[in-house]
Amino acid sequence: MEHLSGGEIVIRALKDAGVKHVWGYPGGAALHIYDALYRQEDVEHLLVRHEQAAVHAADGFSRATGEVGTALVTSGPGATNAITGIATAYMDSIPLVVISGQVPKIKIGQDAFQETDMVGVSRPIVKHSFLVTRAEDIAETIAKAYYIASTGRPGPVVVDIPKDVTDPSYKVPYEWPSSIKMRSYQPTNKGHRGQLKRAVKTLLAAKKPVIYSGGGVIIDNASDQLIELAQRLNYPVTNTLMGLGAYPATDRQFIGMLGMHGTYEANTAMHESDVIFAVGARFDDRVTNDLDKFCPHATIIHIDVDPTSISKNINAHIPVVGTCTSVLEEMLSIADEMAIQPDADAIKEWWAKIDQWRADKGIYTANRYEPSAGDIIKPQDAIKALYKATDGNAYVTSDVGQHQMFAAQYYLFDKPRRWINSGGLGTMGFGLPAAMGVQLAFPDAQVACVTGEGSIQMCIQELSTCSQYNLPIKIINLNNSALGMVRQWQDMNYSSRYSQSLYEDSLPDFVALAEAYGHVGMKVTRYEDLEEKMRECFALKDRVVFMDICVDKSEHVYPMQIPGGAMGDLFLNKSEKT
Amino acid sequence: MKRIISILLENESGALSRVVGLFAQRGYNIDTLTVAPTDDDTLSRLTLTTQGDDQMAEQIVKQLHKLIDTIKVVDLTVGSHIERELMLVKLKASDAEVRAELKSCVEIFRGHVVDVTASTYTVQLTGDSDKLDAFIDAVREIGIMEVVRTGVSGISRGDKFLRV
Repeated sequence: MEHLSGGEIVIRALKDAGVKHVWGYPGGAALHIYDALYRQEDVEHLLVRHEQAAVHAADGFSRATGEVGTALVTSGPGATNAITGIATAYMDSIPLVVISGQVPKIKIGQDAFQETDMVGVSRPIVKHSFLVTRAEDIAETIAKAYYIASTGRPGPVVVDIPKDVTDPSYKVPYEWPSSIKMRSYQPTNKGHRGQLKRAVKTLLAAKKPVIYSGGGVIIDNASDQLIELAQRLNYPVTNTLMGLGAYPATDRQFIGMLGMHGTYEANTAMHESDVIFAVGARFDDRVTNDLDKFCPHATIIHIDVDPTSISKNINAHIPVVGTCTSVLEEMLSIADEMAIQPDADAIKEWWAKIDQWRADKGIYTANRYEPSAGDIIKPQDAIKALYKATDGNAYVTSDVGQHQMFAAQYYLFDKPRRWINSGGLGTMGFGLPAAMGVQLAFPDAQVACVTGEGSIQMCIQELSTCSQYNLPIKIINLNNSALGMVRQWQDMNYSSRYSQSLYEDSLPDFVALAEAYGHVGMKVTRYEDLEEKMRECFALKDRVVFMDICVDKSEHVYPMQIPGGAMGDLFLNKSEKT
Repeated sequence: MKRIISILLENESGALSRVVGLFAQRGYNIDTLTVAPTDDDTLSRLTLTTQGDDQMAEQIVKQLHKLIDTIKVVDLTVGSHIERELMLVKLKASDAEVRAELKSCVEIFRGHVVDVTASTYTVQLTGDSDKLDAFIDAVREIGIMEVVRTGVSGISRGDKFLRV
């Protein structure tokens, strides 16, 4: 049997776990591992400029590919810088393994240089964590970490390794475990058959059904099954922010995103529905609005792999624990066996209502905002131009704020894993590093980072990483010279007192900044130039392009749920409510 | 409503902090907590009591079960069960009258005096939490110097058992 040092085992175990790319940043406690990395060629390391970006990049890679993302950081500040990235992945159930160096075991607890209790600090935001105390345990721990991260409800796993455990002079036999079995961790995959029969019966008997699908469908690659079920039944489908792309947005049966900035038709249909089929969604507060007023007539069928998501916020009448794929497949086969058809007349009548809502107040049947003209570029039109220039095929990452909502509303995602955003934690600074992960996974794909001048500055240092690894991301900066979503709330709730949301005089020249990093900078100030510049941007296939688009400063995101109201209670624009 | 939740947990470092952390993180209260290894020293048995309605208890059980280190979780309050807590109380007992009164009180509650000095009695008492509370009420006037309670341990009645 081969004998390896702890540091070598870390890297060999990564290789044996199928890892090809690691995002990270070296430092004292991780140097034995970094030396082992240097002496091999199987695992490629990408050096970021801040550990937060390493985790976001691994996260973006994972969201786009479905594989587990990997990040490597040092102890202390390296570990704490990774925390925001870990929390982001945790909230959106993204499988990651984050390896952190730790001070030598003998110094743990001594307030040593660059010491942080990483297992303690990360505890509430990880699926699980390990502190490895012996070189002999590294391989099995890493195998467990990948197994835990990627099964059940996925999530980030931290592996904290003290420096002495990776000592190059201490070699132990290396063995990669052929399989992992844990008595304390056995996730449920298959739904309960009796419950599934009840679910199918209820679903088929519905007169006003809505299929409400979330990020779980994307994570579990259950999009095909969702489409098949929805189209066989001819039921309307709405996606959460995390679920966009699971059902094709350009299909007639798609009624748009639901929730705080969801469409009128999706939110109204939810409110009026008699059966809600929730699959891989978790009734988040950004979806439900006031829980007491939530969908008063609906029987709720809830499919989720995580039992804690069921009946946490909204009581489920028919709960089913299982993976989206296996449950949807099983439901399709039960529907075949039962040979019951949906009530075609009722469904037809339901569609007539929905189509009326769409025609009256939908954002896809007419422009519900003032048109762009001259030097007024509406942010919505910037997203539409992006959609056009990329034929709707780009991978779009986003940061957090108004631009994120405009992208979610106006870039029509027809495929899963194309829309990559921090939905749960709402992490500004996520977009650019996430885009690096996506571009690394798909070097020939068009990757756009839709951002704002606020968010982009939270991780802008990664423009340097893009140069180092030739990651030709297109940055679409919707520049409204303010923290737009904050300002919108200040307009709506604080009589336009713009407390700390303005910084116009001190914004950098983004074109010059991009050029300083060796990239292409473009500035768009007039609407008539928008489409042409957007085409020009994507024609520069091998370059990072920073497109600074000066958008209308006064625009708000609509529709917007009225706080304390029901799902369908919406502001439709600055003066109109439902 | 009081809940007694019993957990079988991997006897590993950090496992207890995950359970305790979960309660803090999700806004649940822990009233009592007791933990020790079982006959199988790779396992810890943890019993905790908390307050909550059925929905909250269900969510707590599910959240605990979700922790990777937990093997089994049960809400003992749902079924018939035995609940025990041990208490040590140090009481002021310097004059003969008080000593006599205390002795009879301890007898009524089926406790034991486990340590005696010229001025104190230390009493050991076992029972459910209500019984221990009642004893404290009964001797409060006499003068309590110190109270130590172990927190509730619980086990279900009959054939049911919690084991790997």
